[in-house]
Amino acid sequence: MPDTSQPTIHSDAPADIGWRVVLPKVLPLVALFIFAVLLPLTDNEYWALITTRAAIYWVLVAGLNLVVGYAGQLAIGYVALLTLGAYTTSVLAAGNVLPPLPTFVALAIAAVAGAVFGVVVGLPALRLRTFYFAMATLGFATIVTQVALAWEGVTGGGIGISGPEMPAPFNTAWGFLYLCLALAAMVTWATSNVAKSRFGRALIAVRDADVAAEANGISKPKLFVTIFLFSGAVAAVAGGLFASLQTYITPDAFTFELSLLFFIAVLIGGRGSILGPLIGTIILTILPEIAAPLAAWSTFLYAALLLIIVLAMPGGIAALLDFKNRKPLQSDRAIKPRPTLLGEILKRSGAGRPMTLKGIVLTFGGVRAIDGLDLNIQPGQVHGLIGPNGSGKTTTLNVISGYYAPQEGEVRLNSPLARGAPETRAGHGIARTFQTPRIVGEASVIDNVMIGGWIEGQSSFVETLMSLPRHRQDERSLEAAARLALRAVGLEELADVRADRLQHSELRFVEIARALMLKPAFLLLDEPAAGLATDEIERLGQLIKEISRQGTGVLLVEHHADLIFDICDEVTVLNLGRVLANGTPAEIRVHKEVISAYLGA
Amino acid sequence: MLASILASGLAVGAIYALIGITYNTMFATSRVMSFTAGQLGMLGGVFGSLFMLRLGWPPVIGLLASLGACALIGVVTEIVAVRPVLKSLEQHLYVLSTLALALMIQQVTAIEWSTEPQPFPKLFGIGSGVFDEKFWLPLVACGLTIAGLELLYRKTLVGRAFLAVAEDNFAARALGLPERNLRIASYALAGAIGGLAGFAGGQLLLAFFANGPLLNFYGFVPVALGGLGNNRGAVIGGLALGVFQQAANFLVGGIFSSVAVFVLFIVVLLAAPQGLFGAPAARRV
Repeated sequence: MPDTSQPTIHSDAPADIGWRVVLPKVLPLVALFIFAVLLPLTDNEYWALITTRAAIYWVLVAGLNLVVGYAGQLAIGYVALLTLGAYTTSVLAAGNVLPPLPTFVALAIAAVAGAVFGVVVGLPALRLRTFYFAMATLGFATIVTQVALAWEGVTGGGIGISGPEMPAPFNTAWGFLYLCLALAAMVTWATSNVAKSRFGRALIAVRDADVAAEANGISKPKLFVTIFLFSGAVAAVAGGLFASLQTYITPDAFTFELSLLFFIAVLIGGRGSILGPLIGTIILTILPEIAAPLAAWSTFLYAALLLIIVLAMPGGIAALLDFKNRKPLQSDRAIKPRPTLLGEILKRSGAGRPMTLKGIVLTFGGVRAIDGLDLNIQPGQVHGLIGPNGSGKTTTLNVISGYYAPQEGEVRLNSPLARGAPETRAGHGIARTFQTPRIVGEASVIDNVMIGGWIEGQSSFVETLMSLPRHRQDERSLEAAARLALRAVGLEELADVRADRLQHSELRFVEIARALMLKPAFLLLDEPAAGLATDEIERLGQLIKEISRQGTGVLLVEHHADLIFDICDEVTVLNLGRVLANGTPAEIRVHKEVISAYLGA
Repeated sequence: MLASILASGLAVGAIYALIGITYNTMFATSRVMSFTAGQLGMLGGVFGSLFMLRLGWPPVIGLLASLGACALIGVVTEIVAVRPVLKSLEQHLYVLSTLALALMIQQVTAIEWSTEPQPFPKLFGIGSGVFDEKFWLPLVACGLTIAGLELLYRKTLVGRAFLAVAEDNFAARALGLPERNLRIASYALAGAIGGLAGFAGGQLLLAFFANGPLLNFYGFVPVALGGLGNNRGAVIGGLALGVFQQAANFLVGGIFSSVAVFVLFIVVLLAAPQGLFGAPAARRV
């Protein structure tokens, strides 16, 4: 089986450790594959048919898994793409429109058509929320069947059309089985490459922490188009194979039940897993076969399974198989940052320019949240931003990060930054953390940190699919950088633990590690000390101070006055969206208006 | 021809509008869009045909029994598919749980009732041609529902409590309103409205198990275009959709009319994801 995905080798670990990590993950896949390859020994063509069908479904589901399981989009109507692929291949091979084409050429053209339509079906996901998108894909599935029914001259309408004939040696049951198995193995390999790449991590970031994804420079439209192209193409190929397996297709063959099977296979398998959905596909394909009297009830069965999964085990099969994360964590663990490592992480060349905010005005309805704000943030300094609740501190961070487009004024860093457009900020070296940590709970800590290195990745999607050298190089350097960043914030022990098992204070440091991956010129921290214990705040202060010593400008929004006055080089006090005072901590501490407005006395 | 387009268009439009109101009524107290809305419409027709044709009950009893049965299905939806996922952080789980329940309802109907469209009896036998009762019944049902809801929401304490929960769930609970019971009541009400849609449209759509997904989609279109929770938008949108669809049906044929509706739906939603009369999105950061 070609599923020998490259082990991710830690820079200073011996190579065989990588294998020890990867082997348990690959072994079940290899076992399944070998089992399928040995099937001809049974000489039972009925099993060949079932296995071929499972392999074909898996070709589609593997692609759909990236859309549903990784990107979290509720694409219910993927049977539309199967239909499209089946008809495109059959029509081209039969020569209804053009002179007859060889089956494999027809399949390739179907893949291209599927890729295009995959984007057409998928793109509404960029604007539409859950239920709306589900409805849109459902509508699309209905339309495609109706068009197939109506377009009699080409599709044969309700009478149907012959499926494409496979050339030798794939024209026997066993030959065709091997072809489908080979394709299934290929998509397994390709999608697991994607899953373990920066693309896979970006997808789950968009799914579970889309705001953080934008701050790390991940552009959702580009990412989604890529994924929809891929999953559309493989779905159409699956359609072509399906038509060949059926030998004759009518619109009736493409029931909504089939769409449901694909969708539920992913959910039963569990989100963010490859093995889980594969097992799900196999179970759902075999289920109606071994329970023949229940065939009429298969939709009911699928639906009941879906309900049980949703209500009782949202993690699916993958969560059942996740033994590693059941071991209890050490309970009295402490975060011990190592600020000395920061020099190695933040190798920035030369002194940067300051970031300036000029005349920023931002209104929500009639409320002037920011009312003519000027701010200068120097590289290599910690700049405190304090003020009472509602004074516009976080709003200011959001303007800098591009979540809000101000009505007036501009943010400059060498040149004016684009208004809005949060996904452009990472490219300018602006990193940030959030008031409530925006972390992907279902991913490991190290994966979360590696999300921060998105824009550092060089490998293209196609290189990643095929695990070419640049992809492996990317993974090695990203992982090394992430481990270093975790060591710097003191969380390297927890690198491989699921992030949702961490304590709140630890998540704050994970966010800082993620931000460090960018080697930021400016780091925006939104109340990093909230919820931390006193000794943790002290260590956080040292860490922040050391980050600024490496030349990074830090903008710190914080309510802990002690932390602010301890580590800031400059402090700005906001009130009602305006600057109330600006100066060194010593000046601010004795500023009369500040004392009466904020510090209290 | 214009008259028949208008008559059938307004009739199916009124059914879509009622399904839209079903969506809205469930949404108001739970913030959940349920896939069972269309199934309730389907069941209204099936129950009506079952009670009046197969069992031979008189229309009034048949109507009340159908609405009661659909209200019960509404309550089951709340208990099985909505309440368990409301507390979940995952915002999209309700899509899956209600989809699962909707499919189970549909499959049971297909197996226990019939997979072929079954006739639905005439109720009054009044009117003919474009004034046939199958055309005006849905309109009357839609009008009565709107009037009834207005009365409920404006004149009764329970109705005001509904509005309070819909407006601000937390504040309503803080005031001591029985939020859970109100939610169950709203699902029962939604069930009855959906059932009424199917019952009134029974002669037009027949008692057919596959009406569910159809009504799901065409009932959702006016809600999506008019904005969630907006009944006025649902009625205007529903009637407009019905007329548009029937006109396209007559002029270019059935399949292209569904393609046209689908394209319209996607294009408008992409341009205005909140619907034409909807509120802007909440803040994200």
